[in-house]
Order: sequence, then C-alpha cells, then structure tokens
Amino acid sequence: MSAGLDSRWAISWLRAAAEVVADHRIDLSELDRAIGDGDHGENLDRGFSAIVEKLAVETPQTPGAVFKLAAMALMSKVGGAAGPLYGTAFLRAATASGDAAELDPALLAAALTAARDGVVARGKAAAGDKTMVDAWSPAAAAAAAAVAAGDGVVEVLEAAAAAAEAGAVATDPLTARKGRASYLGERSAGHRDPGAASSALILRAAADAANQPAAGRPGGDAA
Amino acid sequence: MKKLINDPKAVVVESVEGFGLAHADLVTVHPDPIFIMRKDAPVAGKVGLVSGGGSGHEPLHAGYVGTGMLDAAVPGAVFTSPTPDQILPATLAVNSGAGVVHIVKNYTGDVLNFEMAAELAQAEGVDVRTVLVNDDVAVEDSLYTAGRRGVGGTVLVEKIAGAAAERGDALDAVAGVGQRVNANVRTMGVALAACTVPHAGVPSFELSDSEIEIGIGIHGEPGRHRIPMENADGITDRLLEPVLADLKLSRGEKVLLFVNGMGGTPLSELYIVFRHAVKVLGEAGLSVERSLVGNYITALEMQGCSISVLHLDDEMTELWDAPVHTAALRWGA
Repeated sequence: MSAGLDSRWAISWLRAAAEVVADHRIDLSELDRAIGDGDHGENLDRGFSAIVEKLAVETPQTPGAVFKLAAMALMSKVGGAAGPLYGTAFLRAATASGDAAELDPALLAAALTAARDGVVARGKAAAGDKTMVDAWSPAAAAAAAAVAAGDGVVEVLEAAAAAAEAGAVATDPLTARKGRASYLGERSAGHRDPGAASSALILRAAADAANQPAAGRPGGDAA
Repeated sequence: MKKLINDPKAVVVESVEGFGLAHADLVTVHPDPIFIMRKDAPVAGKVGLVSGGGSGHEPLHAGYVGTGMLDAAVPGAVFTSPTPDQILPATLAVNSGAGVVHIVKNYTGDVLNFEMAAELAQAEGVDVRTVLVNDDVAVEDSLYTAGRRGVGGTVLVEKIAGAAAERGDALDAVAGVGQRVNANVRTMGVALAACTVPHAGVPSFELSDSEIEIGIGIHGEPGRHRIPMENADGITDRLLEPVLADLKLSRGEKVLLFVNGMGGTPLSELYIVFRHAVKVLGEAGLSVERSLVGNYITALEMQGCSISVLHLDDEMTELWDAPVHTAALRWGA
C-alpha cells in the first residue's frame, strides 16, 4: 500500500513528541548538565507544551501547516540554541512539504532532508561535531535509502528513527566542536550529546505515530 | 537548594517586575513578550542599543538600560538566550529611524536567536548591526569550538558603545566603536564554587572544598581545567597571565582594569584581587587609567571572579567617562 501521511499523523506525532519530551525532561537535562548548562529538557518541554497548547485551539489541515505551527512555537518558547535549531528544522520541513495533503515516502524523506539541511545551515555544524546533526544526518540518509528501496512511509520513518538513535549513541565518544559543550574540549567525550538524544526521541515519536492506524494513514483502517 | 524565590518558573518574570518597580524613573517593562526598555525610548535621532541573553547575570543587561547605555534589554530564562519573538519587538520599539545595534555575547544560543531576530527586523525595514562580544581567553582552541565566549568585556562594550550612541554617532560608527572595544579587551574567570540554576535545583558542576575551576564562563558551565585552591595573589596571577599574553601590550600603554564578581564573592575579596592585579600590570609597564570593581556580570550565586583588561585609546576613555544613568552604573548624570 502506498498510503501517505496526512495532518492527523503530523498532529499525533507532535503530541507524542511532547509526551516523550516531558517523560525525558530530567534525563535530557542531566545529559546537558554533564557537558552544557543543564536546561535542555526543561527548554524543550516548554516548547513542545506550547505546541500542544496551540493544537488545542487550531487544527492545521496539512502536514506542512502542522510543521509551521510547531516551528513558530519552538522558536518563540524554547530559547537557547535548541529553539532556533528545532524551529528552523520544522520550518524547512514545512516548506518542503508545501501544500500537500499527504506526504508520500519521497516527500517525507525530502521533508526530513530539508529539516537536516536547516539544522546544518542554522548551527553551522558538520557531522561528527557532537551535535543534533549527528542524529539528523543519518536519519535523513536512512530515510532517503528506504525510499530508494521502495519502502512505504512507516518503513521510512522507522529507518530514520533507528538511524537517529544509533547516531545519538555514536556521539558518546566524540569531542564536541560546536555549542557550549565545545568549551570542555576533550572532557566532553564520554557523554551523549543532549540535542542528538532529543532528536532521536522526537524522530522515534514520528515513527510510533505512523504505526498507529488511527493516527492518520488513510489506508490504515482498511488494513 | 535554598533560594529567595516563589516558583522556579516565575523567577525571571517576578524579578523583572520588581526591577521595573524599583527603577520606574529609568525604565518601563514590556510584559509579554518580556523586555525592559529605556523610559524615553525611542530617542529621536539616536541609534538604539539592544542587548540581552539568559537571565542570572544581573545586573547585566537590564541594569544597564538608561541614558548613555542600553535602550532595551531582553531577558531569557535563566542561562537560556531570549527568543526572536522578544528580541524583534524590543528592536522595533527602540528604533528611532537611526537603526539599532545588537550587542550579543558569543554563545551559540544568543547568536542564533539574535541572528533570526536581526533577519526579521531587516525584513521590517530596520537597519541592524551586530556587535559580537568574544573576550574570553579561556577558550584556547577557537578553531574547534564555538569560539571565544562573551563575558566581562560585554559591560565595557555596552558602556562605551552606549556613550557613542548618546553623543549622536551614526549606526556604523556606534557598531564600530563597540567592535573596537571588543577587539581590545580580554577576560579570564575562575570559580571557587558552582551556582545552582533555580529550575535545575542542583549545582551546575561539582567542586570540592580544595579545588577551583579556571576558565569558567558565566553560565555555570565548567571551565578548562581544575586545580587545587590557591591564595588570591596566586589566582590573580593565573588569570592575568593569559589575558596579558593575548593582548600583547607594550610598556607605557593605558588600560582599564575590571575585576568582576560572579555573584557569590564579597566585594572585599574582589579588592584583594584588584590590589594585586594593579601591581602585576604595573610591573608589565601598564598604566591603570580607569577601573571598575564589583558584581557587574554574574552567574547567579557562583563564587569567583573574572579579570578584564581593556587597552584604552583616547576616544574609548572619553566615552567611558561620558555620563551614564542606569540602575547599575551611574556617573556624571
């Protein structure tokens, strides 16, 4: 089945992401305390809570419109580096999604790639700098590979989530070259990058939301 | 954690509200999005100066809003940069038509949020220039990091660029003076004990009673290395050595010496540091022409200090001496 993902999926994703961020608020801040300033979980929780509040009063009709709502909420509520980085990621994903009512596998992968490019452009970090890029880059690449292999949307998101998780784990031994952790030099090695960790959680929520038939795959309820 | 607060989530709002009540003659507080504005802004024909950053560094930045310094200060959550939806309206509110200078400490979050706000302001037809402050010599390897951080020198940039704007300099000139101050100031800090972010509830790093952390920034982040505790003169030597090595001044040159407390160190100890720093600078043949000692850019209740040395020229000295009337800095006005 070549079902696409519509705005209901995008909304479920963001609600699921808000829950998972709230659940991991302390863990993320602990990671940040080790190599940053200890507020990543708190800041993201504030941003995703704002998304949920906005979704309670408006219901965007396309995935792109949902992403745009998320981008504006994150930019205005998160602060720190994570606000502009996540905000830019969702804004670029919104632009790539355009007015499409549904994201097919190719459009979905294009949106993830656009998000990754946005993070890279805003933060000027490269792969291996121990940042969010280390989760988003493998995720975008895995999504593109899944599309090339003829996979459907669920598989594309599964591949992206798994790659992001592996990418986050792979930041453990790295020495940070961007962001506040870079000031620690080699002392940043041995700790997971909090931004890569939160990115993996958020992309896993995207896959989980797509796995729930009620969450907005038109073909889902007939399967 | 014992703190004089009501609710960790309300720290910034309640503190800014109190600040507005205490200094109603100087500032107005814009409630939502929150920023602090000079009472008579926008001042006709004057370039506007906007700074901001995470809260927890008080009196920076709200304490420097007023005549001869900032037109607006934009506070973020504690140790978290403010957001573009705060910085943009602050920028628009202080623009008299002469343009606005953003003074931004070189921390990734501050840089990204001010960059987005500057793009949005430009799109609304406001000319924005940015002065990036990066005076912290603790960051040795700026090629493989986010670069040197903006610390103590920020206060000096805000004072001197503020005086340039007040005397009527145009946008590029105000930004140029700010950049010149930044290029001529170097800072190094030390922590004797960490600070506790209210919503985190635990100290941002652990230091035993016998250790100090050299090369700290102002956000409770650890520094470059940890050494056993020493006496004040020894620590002062350690802080000044990389500052002077980086500034490379010749004998006979004039400097401003700024000993800044991190929030939890008594003024009496800061003067002990200042005393020895004057001696060290004198031995290097430098003349301390101007001084500033006190808690001006803090990290909550962190114990420790930073030492900044600014290489003065005649214009910077004149602008430093120019009248200023803010909550935290006042002379000649």
